[in-house]
Amino acid sequence: MIDREQVLHVARLARLRLSDEEVEKMAGELSGILDHVDRIGNLDLEGVEPTSHVVALENVWRADEPRPSLPHDVALASAPEPEDGAFRVPSPQADA
Amino acid sequence: MPDKGVLELTVAEAAARIAATELSAAEYFSAWHEAALGDELNAYLFQVDHPAEHQTIDGPLGGIPVAVKDIFATEGSPTTAGSKILEGYIPPYTAAAVRKLDAAGARVLGKTNMDEFAMGSSNENSAYGPVLNPWDRTRVPGGSSGGSAAVVAGGLAPCALGTDTGGSIRQPAALCGIVGLKPTYGAISRYGMIAFASSLDQCGPLTRDVTDAALLLASLQGRDPCDSTSVGIEGGIVAPSRDDLQGLRFGVPRELARDQVDAGVREVFEATLKRIEELGGVITEVGLPNAEHGISAYYVIAPAEASSNLARYDGVRYGMRAGGDGDLLEMYETTRAEGFGDEVKRRIMLGTYALSSGYYEAYYGQAQKVRTRIAEDFRTAFGEVDFVVTPTSPSVAFGLGEKTDDPLSMYLNDFFTVPMSLAGIPAISLPAGLAAPEGGGPQLPVGFQIAAPAFAEQKLLEASFALEQAIGFDAKPGEGSGG
Repeated sequence: MIDREQVLHVARLARLRLSDEEVEKMAGELSGILDHVDRIGNLDLEGVEPTSHVVALENVWRADEPRPSLPHDVALASAPEPEDGAFRVPSPQADA
Repeated sequence: MPDKGVLELTVAEAAARIAATELSAAEYFSAWHEAALGDELNAYLFQVDHPAEHQTIDGPLGGIPVAVKDIFATEGSPTTAGSKILEGYIPPYTAAAVRKLDAAGARVLGKTNMDEFAMGSSNENSAYGPVLNPWDRTRVPGGSSGGSAAVVAGGLAPCALGTDTGGSIRQPAALCGIVGLKPTYGAISRYGMIAFASSLDQCGPLTRDVTDAALLLASLQGRDPCDSTSVGIEGGIVAPSRDDLQGLRFGVPRELARDQVDAGVREVFEATLKRIEELGGVITEVGLPNAEHGISAYYVIAPAEASSNLARYDGVRYGMRAGGDGDLLEMYETTRAEGFGDEVKRRIMLGTYALSSGYYEAYYGQAQKVRTRIAEDFRTAFGEVDFVVTPTSPSVAFGLGEKTDDPLSMYLNDFFTVPMSLAGIPAISLPAGLAAPEGGGPQLPVGFQIAAPAFAEQKLLEASFALEQAIGFDAKPGEGSGG
């Protein structure tokens, strides 16, 4: 079971603001899903190698040569608030 | 004016006529453009006005219009991934898969609606409204490539491009009565395909028949320096021509939970097994003992990867921004709260939880080990049989709103498609017949899924072609299905 406090903690980690109503709903829904997912928790998988990737590839190499990248103005074209050739963001500190 | 007849041609037929100058590429495009403008299914999010002018009709797909799922970046055209957070976003580059189609002579007809960030099995999670199933507009087309399936089934495009992470090409193809192919992970570049779960995402064609699926795959597959996980299919892909299944073994998983499959779907599935035997194929049982844990493993791994991939939507570099009057953290949190829909938030929460300190091993670590076991199960099975077959989906298309209040029941819908995704192997859904829904109603399409070993696409397409000819599925929406 996931309680309200855990939901708020995870939401902070995920940079998501949830309304009170969403927190309640999320606690119930996540608990239901995790209840199902928990079935794999009881499997004995001692010594089984985890799979992070299905294609048998090790490193893929290429020559370290400079290539053209996106022009500055194109990269900034979809930014919500471009300014002086940069991405403008609010101050990290509320009172700054 | 082009006659209605050209819209009835398959992609392979149309491409051959265009190449032989019996059909004008411009007229063919405008016939499809006109058809697409008549979209009443909410299947398109964006339609082009005219084909890009630089394009040649040389190439295997010369002059063929293609509908592209809105998860592929298209330079100069809106790309939303079905999300409000990307509303108005115009990518500065085009996805590798779309560039491949373009190089083969195809032209983008429009971008199709989808579940937000490809998370869903019904298309009801799109920020731009649900897509309607062309067979019955009160029902879902499946998801997440629901728009791509609906345009092909509904006569709004000759073929479409979709993506499949846990069944998102195969399940909507099944529910809309068309062919959907998820290639082996690594067959096609993922560059420019907006990431959901990077170790599972793979794009593929949605088409009217198997020959068209092969034709698209032939142009799409290949290694791409921009995606180091792409390796291509050795030997390439050619048009399938096999007309029997002599000497081929088809394994039906012993663990296939027959009681979880609707009676009508089961009937079509059994009838298709008989067809396989009539064509000389052998049906045997195989064991996939860990497949039943596929949903659990998938709904840890996919959300975990998604929670990381979707961290980039923070209101800084592209897309929408909200709460810009507060501090930086407030801007991030407000942008994501207002930009993401319920299902995306749910998966981000689930994934963040599974990766958080103290839970990582119990969830993510354990799920990755289950994934190993499922891949091993398939390898063992393919030592005994050539293919593994299942129904694509446990039911025919369900009603709009029927499962939206119960996320878990929606997830269980992916029961038959998720194991192949976890194992990274290719699988196709073929329309195999019609069945009435459990609660009664008009006859709706049923999909038959065939899975093959990694990179055995040509063999999979050959067997699918032979079976398709024998099934002879020719039902269309609105014909004898109106009840």
